[in-house]
Amino acid sequence: MSEESAHTHPNYIKIWAILTFLLVLSILGPMMGIKAVTLIAAFGIAVVKAAMVGAYFMHLNIEKRYVWYMLFTALLFLGLFFFGVSPDVMKPDGSNWVNHNNMPVSTLEGHGVGHTN
Amino acid sequence: MSFQAPIATSRSATGIPTGRLAVWWVVVSEIVIFGGLIACYIMFRLRHPEWGEYASHTSTPAGALNTFVLLTSSLAIVLAHQAAEARDLTKAFRYIWCTIGGGGVFLLVKSYEWTTEISHGYTLFANNFWSFYYTATGLHGLHVIAGMVIMGIISIGVRKGEHLPRVEYIGIYWHFVDIVWLFLFPLFYIAK
Repeated sequence: MSEESAHTHPNYIKIWAILTFLLVLSILGPMMGIKAVTLIAAFGIAVVKAAMVGAYFMHLNIEKRYVWYMLFTALLFLGLFFFGVSPDVMKPDGSNWVNHNNMPVSTLEGHGVGHTN
Repeated sequence: MSFQAPIATSRSATGIPTGRLAVWWVVVSEIVIFGGLIACYIMFRLRHPEWGEYASHTSTPAGALNTFVLLTSSLAIVLAHQAAEARDLTKAFRYIWCTIGGGGVFLLVKSYEWTTEISHGYTLFANNFWSFYYTATGLHGLHVIAGMVIMGIISIGVRKGEHLPRVEYIGIYWHFVDIVWLFLFPLFYIAK
């Protein structure tokens, strides 16, 4: 098999214009000061932009499934990592345990434990 | 003695050219590297709402400008790929150097930001927010530099009409670097 793999190309400038428009929306949305709008505008649009870059610029829309399986495997392990580690980071205590390294500063001061975040 | 390409570069069990498959493996490994870092940041950010106050000291206009610059450089490298496939070498060469220029502008803006932040006392060890900020944006910046160097090398071959598919391969890498920034931008510059 040669290195060559020619394919048809979409209108990249149009895609870039849409991405730029979405960027402007992601900046203006949070200016409204509404938390839900900020989350959707900032992170929802980031996901859409990433999907568009992946699909059209990286050509994932026409890439072989093998690559999709590779990417999904990486994302799956990332999800496992997040949900495996997050309780330890995000919960300060539980049934019969307290994580002194993850207590608010005000609580720790009373126990003489130094902590900076 | 005539040169023959190694068999590994001329044979593919997946139907994907070996060079492109290798780049996808790089991207997969990078997903775990950057994804792990971003996942850790999200965990700590959710646990510490006060980090929103620290994030208010990052420059949203500078971050937005850099996002625009990277999106535009992504456009340039995909146009270089298109030109390389059409064997328009001059155009491909120019678009590659436009992309390198975009990377340069990105680094200049980042340098300005870091200088301003450090001069205000927001250093790597100021607190965990700034540690995450400098680690994530610094690691991303290193990837930008690596991409620029590789593109510079590839452009030499493009001028001679050699190894043109490499334009697509470096493009995949560059778009991934762009995607990483698309997530770093809201995390560090928007969520305040």
